[in-house]
Amino acid sequence: MPGEATSTDPAVQDYEEKLICRIRDGEHELFYELVRPYEGRVYSAALSIVRNEHDAEDVSQEAVLKAFRHFRQFRAESRFSTWLIQITVNEARMRVRKQYAHMTEPITDHKKDEEGNYTPRDFADWREIPSETLERKEVRQLLAEALASLGEKYREVFVLRDMQHLSIEETAQTLGITTGSVKTRLLRARLMLRDLLAPGLGGSWSSRLSFEKGTKPW
Amino acid sequence: MVVNCQDVWREISNYLEGDVEPGLRLALEEHIRGCKRCAAVLNGTRNVIELYGDERMAEVPLGFSRRLQHRLEENMPRSRRNFLGWIVVGATASLVAGVLGVARASIFGGTNLRSQLAQPGNGVPPEMQVVVSKDGKIFHRPGCPFILDKAHVETMTAHEAMREGYAPCVRCMKQYLSSA
Repeated sequence: MPGEATSTDPAVQDYEEKLICRIRDGEHELFYELVRPYEGRVYSAALSIVRNEHDAEDVSQEAVLKAFRHFRQFRAESRFSTWLIQITVNEARMRVRKQYAHMTEPITDHKKDEEGNYTPRDFADWREIPSETLERKEVRQLLAEALASLGEKYREVFVLRDMQHLSIEETAQTLGITTGSVKTRLLRARLMLRDLLAPGLGGSWSSRLSFEKGTKPW
Repeated sequence: MVVNCQDVWREISNYLEGDVEPGLRLALEEHIRGCKRCAAVLNGTRNVIELYGDERMAEVPLGFSRRLQHRLEENMPRSRRNFLGWIVVGATASLVAGVLGVARASIFGGTNLRSQLAQPGNGVPPEMQVVVSKDGKIFHRPGCPFILDKAHVETMTAHEAMREGYAPCVRCMKQYLSSA
């Protein structure tokens, strides 16, 4: 989100460290100031997992409250943003588990063999990066829909690594899986998304964005 | 080492992460140069990462911040220093923003970016060697897998690239993005 700060920026890092010290010293009201630069990332991580705007906002609030209540457990050697995202993802996963606890069918897609090779279905070339198209809400919506169509285990890995920019190790640690599984799922997630998006993004998006609601352009 | 299409598809994610051995990397690149299908898969996968990694995908609904702040306030103990704390935070934030703004203006000299939507760099070492595509809008570290037109790249310093309106790559120069 434009205007958001990154915790790798030394000036921001320094400001963050001072905030953390003051919050630990009892100035609790400063906690929102610490969270504010990452609230977009928190909401986006929650939304990608629960796939429902109302639940995503609720999960975001719960995650921030949990981070506040457990703030003493935050270790300064890790980034605050990473810690906050990890709490958010766990909160979102718990919400999904609760919602689907009564179902006998697992919500994850176990039909596909995770270890098997993935063969791309579409070979349309897609050279240009149409990043300007992200200014359009319809495009962001299309990307969100494509992501939501992935199986849970692929979506979670993709969200943490490619959207929240956690490292492979941090992603593995958050999800409680091996780095090997992260890499395998990440490969599949990326290729599946490319298959879903390439036919639409391969040069025809700009002229086809007037499609009717509910109709995917690919 | 010779690789086939299946090898490329299996390693494409690791390749984009920069997580393949040099020998395999060369073999993959040689195959991709001569294979339109694999080049299409590589370009598309790279674009997927680029698009979803963009901060604009992290948009919050209207009123989200206000509701979050309100919920937090409801759940935290009151402090006598509340009012004073916010004044100090506000002043510090303004100071940091001002210092960053001045620093950026002095580095860029008010240069307009080639892409209106790109984010300007912050703290990029001016003498750092970077590469740009002739008709591109972004500068990269040499060897970055997100360089689009590798056949027409030019090497220059980061200072020159920024002066000419190029913006840092959101992947290989992530730590220098001012608003990432």
